[in-house]
Amino acid sequence: MAIKKEEVEHIARLARIGTTQKDIEVLTKDLSAVLDWMKELEEADVADVSPNEHITGLENVMRADRSEPSYRRKEIVKLFPESKDGYDKVKSVL
Amino acid sequence: MIGYFHEKLKNGAITSVALTEKCLEQIEKKEGEIFAFLTVEKEKALARAAEVDEKIKRGEEIGILEGIPGAFKDNLCVAGGRTTAASKILDNYISPYDATAVARIKEAGAVILGKTNMDEFAMGSSTENSGYGPTKNPHDSERVPGGSSGGSAAAVASDEAIWALGSDTGGSIRQPASFCGVVGLKPTYGRVSRYGLIAMASSLDQIGPVTNSVKDAAILLSIISGEDRSDATSAESSGKKFEDFLSPDVKGMKIGIVKEHFNSLNPAMKEAMEKAVSQFEKMGAEIREILLPNNKYALGTYYIIMPCEVSSNLARFDAIKYGMRADDHKSDEKTGEVWERSLMENYLDSRHYGLGREVKKRIMLGTYALSSGYYDAYYLKAQKVRTLIKKDFENAFLNNGEDSVDLILTPTAPTPAFRIGEKTEDPLEMYLADIFTVTANIVGVPAISVPAGKIDWEGKELPVGIQLMSKWFDEENLLRAAYAFESVLKRQSNQS
Repeated sequence: MAIKKEEVEHIARLARIGTTQKDIEVLTKDLSAVLDWMKELEEADVADVSPNEHITGLENVMRADRSEPSYRRKEIVKLFPESKDGYDKVKSVL
Repeated sequence: MIGYFHEKLKNGAITSVALTEKCLEQIEKKEGEIFAFLTVEKEKALARAAEVDEKIKRGEEIGILEGIPGAFKDNLCVAGGRTTAASKILDNYISPYDATAVARIKEAGAVILGKTNMDEFAMGSSTENSGYGPTKNPHDSERVPGGSSGGSAAAVASDEAIWALGSDTGGSIRQPASFCGVVGLKPTYGRVSRYGLIAMASSLDQIGPVTNSVKDAAILLSIISGEDRSDATSAESSGKKFEDFLSPDVKGMKIGIVKEHFNSLNPAMKEAMEKAVSQFEKMGAEIREILLPNNKYALGTYYIIMPCEVSSNLARFDAIKYGMRADDHKSDEKTGEVWERSLMENYLDSRHYGLGREVKKRIMLGTYALSSGYYDAYYLKAQKVRTLIKKDFENAFLNNGEDSVDLILTPTAPTPAFRIGEKTEDPLEMYLADIFTVTANIVGVPAISVPAGKIDWEGKELPVGIQLMSKWFDEENLLRAAYAFESVLKRQSNQS
């Protein structure tokens, strides 16, 4: 296996994905298969090759720093899973 | 077909309402079997069609797409409509805005029938990863329509819609087009604004048309392309009308083929491809063997870069701003004890229940590849190999002097449509379905899949497609060659 169970548990936590023990087993197998397969890139000679940054070579695109009308507040608030007094209600962070 | 219906609308031979009703009837008839649509907006579609009919009655001019019904893949935001990207986590999401491509189609006056099924967040090659169930191939309902834009391809192939838009990150427009026997175009990266397309892998994603003909694809591309200030990577198209560049003449056009591509194919597929190549020769194109030495790394590169971008893009689905949130209370299965979820538990559970297996896998692959200690070995390496692959294409198209080619021809997919369930247990097998298509996304060039007839396959007659790729922002030549090939094929099938 290219990746250990403990690593998969750690990655799941980093990615904020809840998992069961069974999920971890399946993911360990699935991820290992793909990671093994990615090894084929190891043989590619990339000495002195610079990494791709933007595929059509586009550079910074600027615009004037002006405010513009945005979405209607009411519509955005409606999308909140839970709202209170027009605010997005979330769990306490601490 | 768009041009044909446009003329009929103009001269009063049909009405937009009648045309829309025809599509809705077909949807009614076929959906039980095909399941191409996640949402059908019957009333809205008919109301829009009636408006167009009024306009025609008043003697006003109508645009080419005006009053002609089509559909959007469900990862394109449509204001006021449900937009799920086929994920349970967005089950209740009503988009507050239109994607730029959607807005442009609306401005062109088209009738919108609804939203099409897809692999969840466009991750898949068969539409089996949809959170709402698989779409079936109209040519054989035991087979997949391809993916991830399988709903769009199946809808167009079964006459439920006259046109559709899809999105293509590694072949998601072209591969289903080839499986369903329709035309699918992935434009040059930047040709079409990605604003309002639910992002999968931002450096690879492009929106494009799925249609019954090359001309229809050109018409739609003219409408949706062009610079957009909401997508800094979008490019100027100067109001080009791509349909004006179509001609059946490909004399002197240089078309490159890669020998290894053909040698790896099953005999029936190989024969179909060789037939396509000799067809181009007959039409006066020059066929040249070319080398793309780094092409063998394309799929591996894709499956590093794509999940990395996925892990970053899908971090936004946190159950805080919109979308599904796991119930606030959960009880311990053993003790029955109930408690309120913490912030962390809310993230973990919402993403656990809201996202499907393939999506979670890709997020985790990306998280792993980008994590401290692995970044150089995976992501950075892949971006360097991406430069190498791009150089191969620059050489083939631009730097080989006399030997440069105008187009590259490959199969769109290694096989015709496979059976439902055939590849779901072996993810690597499924990924190989993208082997010919991912390269165009990695290097950013435009590519199109055009039907190349049907072949005998596992006792069925199934459609296959050829893929043509051209240099960056040269959709004119790409569409011209595709159109020429299509014209000959249509003539041949009419004769037989």
